[in-house]
Amino acid sequence: MSIGTVKLKIDGVEVTVPEGTMILKAAKDNGIIIPTLCSLEGLTAYGGCRICLVEISGSPKLFPACITSVSTGMAVTTNSEKLKEYRKMAVQMLLAERTHICSVCVADEHCELQDMANQLGVDHVMFERNWSRDEIDSTHDFLVIDRNRCILCTRCIRVCDQIEGVHTLDLKLRGKDSQVIMDLDEHWANSCSCTSCRKCAKVCPVGAIYIEGEPIGHTKRKDIAEFILTRRNRK
Amino acid sequence: MEGLKLKLDDLQRVAEHEVDFQRAYKYRINVCCSSGCVPFGALKVLKAFEDAVKEFGVDKECKVARTGCIGTCSVGPAVLIEPGDYLYQSVTPEKVREIVRDHIVLGLPVKDMLYKNQAYFQKQHRLVLRNAGKIDPSRIEDYISAGGYSALAKCLATMTSQGVIYEVRTSGLRGRGGAGFSTGQKWGLVARAQNFPKYIVANLDEGDPGVFANRTLAEADPHAIIEGMLIAAYAVGAQKGYIYIRSEYPLAIQTLQKAIAQAKAMSLLGDNILEMSFKFDLELRFGAGAFVAGEETAILASVEGQRAMPRPRPPYPANSGLWKKPTLIQNVETLANIPLIVQNGGLWFTKIGTSKCTGTKCFSLTGQINNPGLIEVPMGISLREVVFDIGGGVPDGRKFKAVLVGGPSGGCLPDTLLELPIDYDSLTKVGAIMGSGGIVVLDDQSCMVDTAKFFTEFCVDESCGKCTPCRAGLARIKEIFDGITQGTGKMDDIATLEKSGVFIRDASLCGLGQTAPNPVLTTLRYFKDEYLEHIVEKKCKAGKCFKNEKEA
Repeated sequence: MSIGTVKLKIDGVEVTVPEGTMILKAAKDNGIIIPTLCSLEGLTAYGGCRICLVEISGSPKLFPACITSVSTGMAVTTNSEKLKEYRKMAVQMLLAERTHICSVCVADEHCELQDMANQLGVDHVMFERNWSRDEIDSTHDFLVIDRNRCILCTRCIRVCDQIEGVHTLDLKLRGKDSQVIMDLDEHWANSCSCTSCRKCAKVCPVGAIYIEGEPIGHTKRKDIAEFILTRRNRK
Repeated sequence: MEGLKLKLDDLQRVAEHEVDFQRAYKYRINVCCSSGCVPFGALKVLKAFEDAVKEFGVDKECKVARTGCIGTCSVGPAVLIEPGDYLYQSVTPEKVREIVRDHIVLGLPVKDMLYKNQAYFQKQHRLVLRNAGKIDPSRIEDYISAGGYSALAKCLATMTSQGVIYEVRTSGLRGRGGAGFSTGQKWGLVARAQNFPKYIVANLDEGDPGVFANRTLAEADPHAIIEGMLIAAYAVGAQKGYIYIRSEYPLAIQTLQKAIAQAKAMSLLGDNILEMSFKFDLELRFGAGAFVAGEETAILASVEGQRAMPRPRPPYPANSGLWKKPTLIQNVETLANIPLIVQNGGLWFTKIGTSKCTGTKCFSLTGQINNPGLIEVPMGISLREVVFDIGGGVPDGRKFKAVLVGGPSGGCLPDTLLELPIDYDSLTKVGAIMGSGGIVVLDDQSCMVDTAKFFTEFCVDESCGKCTPCRAGLARIKEIFDGITQGTGKMDDIATLEKSGVFIRDASLCGLGQTAPNPVLTTLRYFKDEYLEHIVEKKCKAGKCFKNEKEA
């Protein structure tokens, strides 16, 4: 079975990509970067952060580029004024949601949320900020989770399930009260399924999960999933 | 009759037998025993009637039946005596002897106790609720004698699956879950999908505060839902169905469980239905108290046993639903329309309602209104007719202020919009939604800022937390409301509310987030002066806000 190709326009540029490609990937392969927070190559798409929303001409709706596949003749706009405004809004909502203070954060200067705010020109937060006091779990030998910095992108949950294959991490509660937990809400040290593989810390876009005593620049490794998957395939 | 394997021709016989059986009774006393009337003591009334007919020696000519909702929930327990459709209101066990003595023995209806508000029923058109309050939901024979399952027999005997879909498409029926997607089109998509097995999910996860239309339907006429599902299954080629129902509806669950068992025993469910080569199995699935689980894709996750979190669409459930198989998801109200459409033809259905929105819609009418209850009206009826003619207007001489249409994520509409016809498109245009069919009437004692705050709080609690706008955004909106209603509101707040509301509406993943800002946006649009009053003068005319949290 041969895989067909699809021609479409992204920001006016005509591109040709394999059928079934997601808009995010199609754009990236052609040098157009659509900002995103929850998406990570090698993991299943989540569609939660809503940063990568794009416009498709002919529809009044907005589409998340990470989970919308290309189709022939599609004309995608990735950077209209409205989208820029909406992305800034989403980042401001994330910043106001929990306790994000860059100057005292372990991930300062290695943080995707911080980078995103800089890149989008978020110079203030229009909402009252909510200073959360969620539990910090440092019971594990070297892995730490500070839930006050979590943006609920679920990258850690997906990498734990899909790459490491243990599904130690998951969510409890719902809505604004959602929290990442280990096993059935155990302290990390008591988790019987965690293999201490560190992948969660590597994919965390912010300073919510990190490795104690290790330079953060060394920990953060966004291509971890792709790296492992290609290694496995190569045997 | 239980345990009898029915064949196609047997249905008619069962119906005739049952009609003869019921004709032996001169009177039929229908006592509403749905969730609305039971708290008023309906079960005691039922018992009292059973005792009274024996006492007066009329038990041979008088059948006492336990039925579902008659529709007048505000004056329960309601009792309907046939023939003549005499509707008694607020019946108590003490009054029962008098009714039996005068009405049954002497043939003189007790005028003082009769329901007098005839306008309540005049403007209604009961299709979905055709059997509600008339049949005993715990007896399948009652449903069959009222013409039940004959539409299924007609499908199996004389129609192809395409033929059924054609009729449904002709009828113009649109999904009653709120979004209003064409039902015929949806069936066509699932029927065309070349991936097996296929599934059907009936949505009975009615989570909106103050909405009880689906519950009432399930309690009053469970077999209409089952028959609708059977016909849908025949049309799209599904062999397995689930009814997803909230655990908070114990009576509806019990009624459905019994109905499914009866249908199975009579070979209306299972293998070789009516001795034909058609197979369909049905199971109940219970929700665990999440509003979002009523969302089309979250319901799938929940049926599969996962967290009720919505999935992105596309892929649409018609192609990739339950366990990635083609799945038809319909609200139970939509399904209950199906037997009628098959029986009478799609064209017949288009004569009810408007040209773009055919048929009827059930509404739960609540709030500051004289006749709250469950109503079914033709599409296109005006809001004024619903609120003032059927609902009887606002009680205690107060003034009508606004009506919230569409549940917690509906829109608050002012009196200037009362002439608006109720249909999907007109409602969307003014910022409201059809939603689950909740209509809440507010009088001049309610504060619109407080109302918007209340519904925002509901949505904050019920957001699943997957996408940023709905999870983080709604929580911020709620905080702004806290400020405005406690005296720390700023003029900037109005712009922030508007901006974030529009963003949450446009950028959220599922219907919950996309509609959650509706109460905020519509109150800002139609009642901005109240916001200004709260922010500038720190005053709340209705006296709801600026209370010390501890006091309240």
